[in-house]
Amino acid sequence: MRVNGKGLIDRSAPVGFTFDGVRYDGFEGDTVASALLANDIRLVGRSFKYHRPRGVLTAGSEEPNALITVGRGAEAEPNTRATVQEVFEGLEAVSQNRWPSLGLDLMAVNDLAAPFLGAGFYYKTFMWPRAFWEKLYEPVIRRAAGLGALSGLPNTDRYERAWAHCDLLVIGAGPAGLMAALVAARAGLDVILADEDARMGGRLLAETHAVAGKPGHGWVAEVLAELSSMENVRLMPRTTVTGAYDGGTYGALERVGHHRPRDDARRPRECFWRIVTRRAILCAGAIERPVAFRNNDRPGVMTAGAVRAYLNRWGVAPGRTVTVFGNNDDAHRTARDLVAAGVHVAAVIDSRPGVTLEGFRVISGAEVCNASGAKALESITIRHQGREEKIATDCLAMSGGWNPSVHLTCHMNGRPTWAGDILSFVPSPGAIPGMDVAGACNGAFSTAACLREGAEAALRAAEALGKRAAMPDLPLAEDDPYRIAPLWHVPGKGRAWLDFQNDVTVKDVKQAAVENFRSVEHMKRYTTQGMATDQGKNSNVAALAVLADATGRGIPETGTTTFRPPYVPVSIAAMGAGAEGPGFAPQRFTTSHKAATERGAPMIEAGLWYRPSYFPAPGETTWRQACDREVAMVRNAVGICDVSTLGKIDIQGPDAAQLLDFVYTNTFSTLAQGRVRYGLMLREDGFVMDDGTTARLGEQHYVMTTTTAAAGLVMKHLEFVHQCLRPDWDLSMISVTEAWAQFAVAGPKSRELLNGLLDQPIDDATWPFMSCGKIAVQGIEGRLFRISFSGEHAYEIAVPARYGDSLFRLLVARAEGMGGGLYGMEALNVLRIEKGHITHAEIHGRTTAFDIGMGRMVSQKKDCIGKTMSERPGLMDPERERLVGLRPVGAVRQILAGAHLFNEGDAAVRVNDQGYVTSTCFSPTLGDTLALAFLKRGPERYGEKVRMVDHARGVETLCEVVNPVFFDPEGGRVRG
Amino acid sequence: MRITCPICGARDSREFSYRGAALALQRPAPDAGDDAWADYVHLRENPAGDTRELWYHEGGCGAWIVVTRNTVTHEVRSAELAAEVAR
Ligand SMILES: [Zn+2]
Repeated sequence: MRVNGKGLIDRSAPVGFTFDGVRYDGFEGDTVASALLANDIRLVGRSFKYHRPRGVLTAGSEEPNALITVGRGAEAEPNTRATVQEVFEGLEAVSQNRWPSLGLDLMAVNDLAAPFLGAGFYYKTFMWPRAFWEKLYEPVIRRAAGLGALSGLPNTDRYERAWAHCDLLVIGAGPAGLMAALVAARAGLDVILADEDARMGGRLLAETHAVAGKPGHGWVAEVLAELSSMENVRLMPRTTVTGAYDGGTYGALERVGHHRPRDDARRPRECFWRIVTRRAILCAGAIERPVAFRNNDRPGVMTAGAVRAYLNRWGVAPGRTVTVFGNNDDAHRTARDLVAAGVHVAAVIDSRPGVTLEGFRVISGAEVCNASGAKALESITIRHQGREEKIATDCLAMSGGWNPSVHLTCHMNGRPTWAGDILSFVPSPGAIPGMDVAGACNGAFSTAACLREGAEAALRAAEALGKRAAMPDLPLAEDDPYRIAPLWHVPGKGRAWLDFQNDVTVKDVKQAAVENFRSVEHMKRYTTQGMATDQGKNSNVAALAVLADATGRGIPETGTTTFRPPYVPVSIAAMGAGAEGPGFAPQRFTTSHKAATERGAPMIEAGLWYRPSYFPAPGETTWRQACDREVAMVRNAVGICDVSTLGKIDIQGPDAAQLLDFVYTNTFSTLAQGRVRYGLMLREDGFVMDDGTTARLGEQHYVMTTTTAAAGLVMKHLEFVHQCLRPDWDLSMISVTEAWAQFAVAGPKSRELLNGLLDQPIDDATWPFMSCGKIAVQGIEGRLFRISFSGEHAYEIAVPARYGDSLFRLLVARAEGMGGGLYGMEALNVLRIEKGHITHAEIHGRTTAFDIGMGRMVSQKKDCIGKTMSERPGLMDPERERLVGLRPVGAVRQILAGAHLFNEGDAAVRVNDQGYVTSTCFSPTLGDTLALAFLKRGPERYGEKVRMVDHARGVETLCEVVNPVFFDPEGGRVRG
Repeated sequence: MRITCPICGARDSREFSYRGAALALQRPAPDAGDDAWADYVHLRENPAGDTRELWYHEGGCGAWIVVTRNTVTHEVRSAELAAEVAR
């Protein structure tokens, strides 16, 4: 029911929305919860486990009951708190966890079965027989107990992630936060003020107190106006700071689009912020706790502060005949405000004796011991001086006291401290480095105290950052004492609810204690207390008190459970924004990417790079046909392949040669200028790290080539060796991978092709195998390397990347005119297997130079990275699995990578394992399957037969062990 | 977590890659013996408290940095250029 003359909503701006298909009216400034209460809707949800009818309990993000699904189809957002969701024209909300409807929920039979579903029921009831769990219990429980359902459709909305930096992050914009931000901003600090509410002001919007002689919200408006006018202040409403992390980093969720219709602007729904700040002040306020008594979960039973908020901020009376129940003075304000607004207050029940108040009936020293009404509260029963009395009421405003919102102060392992005067926990000082705490979250509950603490914390922050700030004249505000007496639960029969969202009762917690789950962490897991999406914000302290009582300990000795981020649920869509699909990882494209895609080449990923798999020709229907053709082309004419993805590291300086000698097993200082050498690089533990060619372009100038996969690793390694092990050496290096477009020109006609292209023709005398130097193509300077991965007479030609596309097209056109053409990764792989050349399939991190037959490449004349460890006896043992070639000799011609090798006659079991296959292909050149493998004593066993057994795919092939260089073992072709 | 790169300033830890204990700076001589080499390559302390470790500013300037960090509080106490520590 709306109350005339009350509230900060805009009554000139009506807004229509639907709840469970029925249209309701609200106003601009309403939440779904306030608008539903204004329309006298009390029943808004069903509880998680027992499907009990539930209504709005709170007025903030701690709401455990009023969870709704907003929107439909792919746009549906389940588990939205109605107390946070603002209404807008056309909003569609539906209730959750009920079937077939909210009013008639057949799953409410769970409530009748409650004796069997109490704490620990999962563990006790459904342990046995095991098969029943998967097939029967779990599906049934999952259907019966739950929250809102996901749409099952891909999320079509946009989300964002962003960073922000500031001097001071103020968390919460109530009186303390506003005062802190104002003082700090006036001192010149770069301030971010974040508040989870749509409207800043905190409790000042929900109370009738005057501040500086003005209504509280009026003072708020003035402060916000000043802050908005300052360039060093950033106001972030609708932004919940969700976590405190190392180094002054905070996570925050901004609800950007939830409060208005989706429009064409493609505004994100949410933005997940990482805020890095030098200092922070937590002004998160406090959360009121309910009192546990029988049926305290009836719709219409609310926290006293929430009732006040609905009245003062939203102009809504949540009931026509309200009763108030509490153990502290603050609860009385609810009665006073209601009466002042003309709402009938039937009684104020105060658990403390001797309380007298004017203006309404006060029952002192009494307790509410039951609530009645099926889907809405109809009456309460009070116990007073041994007698029970029933009072008709449709709204009970209850207060068990206020809990400071200490959550963020505990995110880095801090534990809060028990404060006996307010019967709650307060933050322990210094729990988060750089974070100060002020106001109600620090246990200072009066408005005057909040204003003072906020200002003082800002002064400390300014001082810590070397700024001069002045203590302002604090505005005059209420400074009432907060008086409270313990009242956690009202004894009696029936179920008294602690955790509304997870349906945990006082009895459940006591049962946990009886069964010796006395540790608070054990009790939590046994009862699921505090494990719902609200993380027990309303209930944890009361549950602790009940556990303390049941175990005969004090609350401080009982301790708290661990507070972890996030403070409120954060959607995975927001945390992972931009990281799905192509955003998952950066994509690197070569300069020939466009030309390759034009030819229909399927791409495969090589690290972050995309490389063409093969180039389908007309009439070809399988990749094998294309691959076989491309291999033959290279062997018989000339092929072109983009090899720009290989890492290229430019190394220069007087000590460049020394560095190469130190990182490679072989020697590079003796390499002549204009020559290229193959090099092998080890890790310090003696295993192979990478291989590649390095060219000496000048006396002090080398260009190293790495494999595509290890480019980053090798760069990091070289920088480590230089900076950490040989800092005095004079050299520098830089990755030039993307600066050069480099293409392999391979095949017997490669020189002929180049000579039609290069400004100066080349011949075998000036450009022998393993030579390198400058060339020019149509006046463009480039580099030429006579190196070969295919085993053919071949070159790699490099030009600055901006000429890559055009050179590529020129090369391809010429190759095609000579009976050659493009080849992709599949053909490249076949060509190298035919030659027994290794890749990271062979140097996979567990193989040594000895294993791959390159033991003699470890120079005995010098030290190098990995040398000492590579000489460990175990790594030189001839019994090791060493590189060999395999060819099938039986009827089965298939060899599969990953398969294991066994001696003929041995069972194919682990103890008989002789090795494994690393690479395999069909060789069109040799007309058969070839494979590279590691085999015990491999090189000593050429001519022997071994069984290849692939247990996973059920294939067995008899193979002959051969030299891994299958094709042209003399290497005549490469010298051409 | 944030690391103050001596060259670039305070940056988020995502810009860096981790290597392990700064012991890696003390490479033994080739003839130092099996024990020294086994310790260098394989053995690492696992302290509850201050630890010195190597980070590489991979998403930044490429500097190797010796970071002194407390494994209990996560506090980053100092960050020095490895090239200067190694000299
Ligand atoms: Zn840096």
